[in-house]
Amino acid sequence: MTLVLGAALVALGALALYAVFGGADFGGGVWDLLASGPRRDAQRDAISNAIGPVWESNHVWLIFALVALFTCFPPAYADIATYLNAPVTIALAGIVLRGAAFVFRNYASDAVNTARTWTAVFGASSIIAPFFLGDAAGALATGSYAWTSPFALSVGAFAVALSAQIAAVFLVRESADRALRDDFRRRAVRATLAVWIVGLIPALLARSAEPSFFAALTAPSARIAIITAMLLGIAVMLLIARHRDTLARLAVGAEALAVLAGWFGAQAPSLVPGHWTLEAAAASPAMLEAFLIAAAGGAIVLIPSLLLLFAVFKGPAPSR
Amino acid sequence: MDHVIAARAQMGTSLAFHIVFAALGVGLPLLVFVAEGLWLRTKRRAYYDLARTWAKGMAILFAVGAVSGTILAFELGLLWPQFMKYAGGIIGLPFSLEGFAFFIEAIFIGLYLYGWERLSPRAHWLTALPIVISGAASAGFVTTANAWMNMPTGFRIENGKIVDVQPFVAMLSRPWLVEVVHTTLAAYVVTGFGAAAICAWALLRNGATANREQVRAGLTIAMIVASVAIPLQMIVGDVIARFDADNEPAKFASMEALFHTRRDAPITIGGIVFHDSVRYGLEIPDALSLLAAFDPHAEVKGLDRVPAYDRPPVAIVHYSFDAMVGSASLMLLIAFAWTVVTLRKRTAARWLLVGIALAGPLSVIAMEAGWFVTEFGRQPWIARGLLRTTDAVTIAPGLDVQFYGFSVVYVILAATCWWLLRRVGTHEHGGERTTLASEAQS
Repeated sequence: MTLVLGAALVALGALALYAVFGGADFGGGVWDLLASGPRRDAQRDAISNAIGPVWESNHVWLIFALVALFTCFPPAYADIATYLNAPVTIALAGIVLRGAAFVFRNYASDAVNTARTWTAVFGASSIIAPFFLGDAAGALATGSYAWTSPFALSVGAFAVALSAQIAAVFLVRESADRALRDDFRRRAVRATLAVWIVGLIPALLARSAEPSFFAALTAPSARIAIITAMLLGIAVMLLIARHRDTLARLAVGAEALAVLAGWFGAQAPSLVPGHWTLEAAAASPAMLEAFLIAAAGGAIVLIPSLLLLFAVFKGPAPSR
Repeated sequence: MDHVIAARAQMGTSLAFHIVFAALGVGLPLLVFVAEGLWLRTKRRAYYDLARTWAKGMAILFAVGAVSGTILAFELGLLWPQFMKYAGGIIGLPFSLEGFAFFIEAIFIGLYLYGWERLSPRAHWLTALPIVISGAASAGFVTTANAWMNMPTGFRIENGKIVDVQPFVAMLSRPWLVEVVHTTLAAYVVTGFGAAAICAWALLRNGATANREQVRAGLTIAMIVASVAIPLQMIVGDVIARFDADNEPAKFASMEALFHTRRDAPITIGGIVFHDSVRYGLEIPDALSLLAAFDPHAEVKGLDRVPAYDRPPVAIVHYSFDAMVGSASLMLLIAFAWTVVTLRKRTAARWLLVGIALAGPLSVIAMEAGWFVTEFGRQPWIARGLLRTTDAVTIAPGLDVQFYGFSVVYVILAATCWWLLRRVGTHEHGGERTTLASEAQS
């Protein structure tokens, strides 16, 4: 059991980090699309500068979560890939268009019309990708693979709102300009309210349409995680309002982690409720062991590299 | 469209698209590393400009390579869930390691591309090194998984169930080393000739009057990489052919369009492949026996030793093989000519520049054709002897729509990339990211 749980936690960890960092990226695209007011262009520049150095590595968390899933729980992955083929494929189309659009518009910035087209693609695909990833997650959580159900779609909307919230909070600290900061501060508060409201919809829908998942959500471990997430949401708003931007970042990250923990708490020990438990879907102990060894070895190289990346681009401005 | 065909078409299109970006993503960091290193040593402006120009290309190509690679990672399961169901738990290890290698690549490419002003020149230069290493490593890890598909190992089958999985053994299946070296060298061949071709084209078109020193330096660096890689690649290719003759006879016989087992087997170049014979090809007597066993009279196994339902599609494998070897031979010739001219301290003449400009597309043809050889040559198996491609495909509907959709996306992305790279190469400050806000003010 320990091996299985270890592998599941590595996969969940990667997914959670993707929710935070990938979410921040997607949300950046959302705010790019919604850029408005007198500082519209400055907002887009801040988003480009914030995402530029880190978006590619932020997206590797998704690949890593995927690899963990198909290496450690192959039969469950085969089912998920089969029955959630459509939403995942749409999300993928969003991911490829988004990444390509981001570099295209940056390197074609002197060809105004082309840059504008790709900016629109960047914004639209930044909504499509998290929406359908969230939708797939919702369809998975109920065990029915019903990705067109109102519940699954509402989880998709929730994922978009959460991404926008994370991005807005992260973007506050990405600009030296005070007025620009206040733009993102307002957006962070609005997005947090949106997360609250949009987050209620799947809960209400689950109550009527997905009774077993709703029951799981109200089990103790899931309940603690969800209440934590809600409290952290309030904390984010307070911290943003009081200009405690670094703490707000930590709070919003913790909020996303709590949401994922709530999902995991509701599902565990199921991987696909009603179809696969973690134990039944697990690969051989030898594979799990090899995977965990690789993950530990990889982490030794990865963690210092990531810290370097964030120290260079997300720390205080350079003195040079 | 037939379900299996649609799935294969989608996988094939995705890979054919991705492989070019992936190869350049492996090779370009090396060119950039060399150019910037030369700048640090000599302080010559041309090297700095060269590094900056190549880095811009690298940024665009790497981004498209990264996202198209993400698609592929998913498509393994989205299109071939039954394959991943069996293979995931056996061959997941190299994919996991590839995940880390890709991570390091992505992190350092961020540091490199955006760190010009934030890092000391030396530190900035050094951030290219992890990209060079992890780029080659990620290509290597992915290729070990492909090697396993050719010769699955590291498990036993007991009562129809896979037992006794040994992930480290599976990762190091017998063809792993030669395949990894072949793939990695292919990346350097494509990048070397590709970059050299662009420089040669610039010199041919207008003599690169604006930035001649930079273009000439680029040509030299790229041609050195290409000229080292291409002979090594052909030697490794020869080793692989012999390995295939012994271990993957169906693939080998298809490559050579050898239908009947025989002694004194000839090499057949081109020709028309019929159901059970090849005609009108150029035959080199005894050459195949000599190549496969160092003995002109040795027996070589033909397709008649393979049951009909286990045979690859011979024609496409054979023509792809000829295209690969033919392109490689031409590239070798061009590299040789360039080396001789350069060692005599002459500048490349017009005919040689034309040759180098042609070698760029040839290198891509060789790589795509080589990949066709190994993939079509493994058919009808997805994992040879273990699982057939037709048994691995998903039951999910709508694959044809997906295929058309992704094809359109790839065409648009390729066209935009091409357009952007031309701008980056030809405009003095083309593609330099200016901020929208400053643009509006000016």
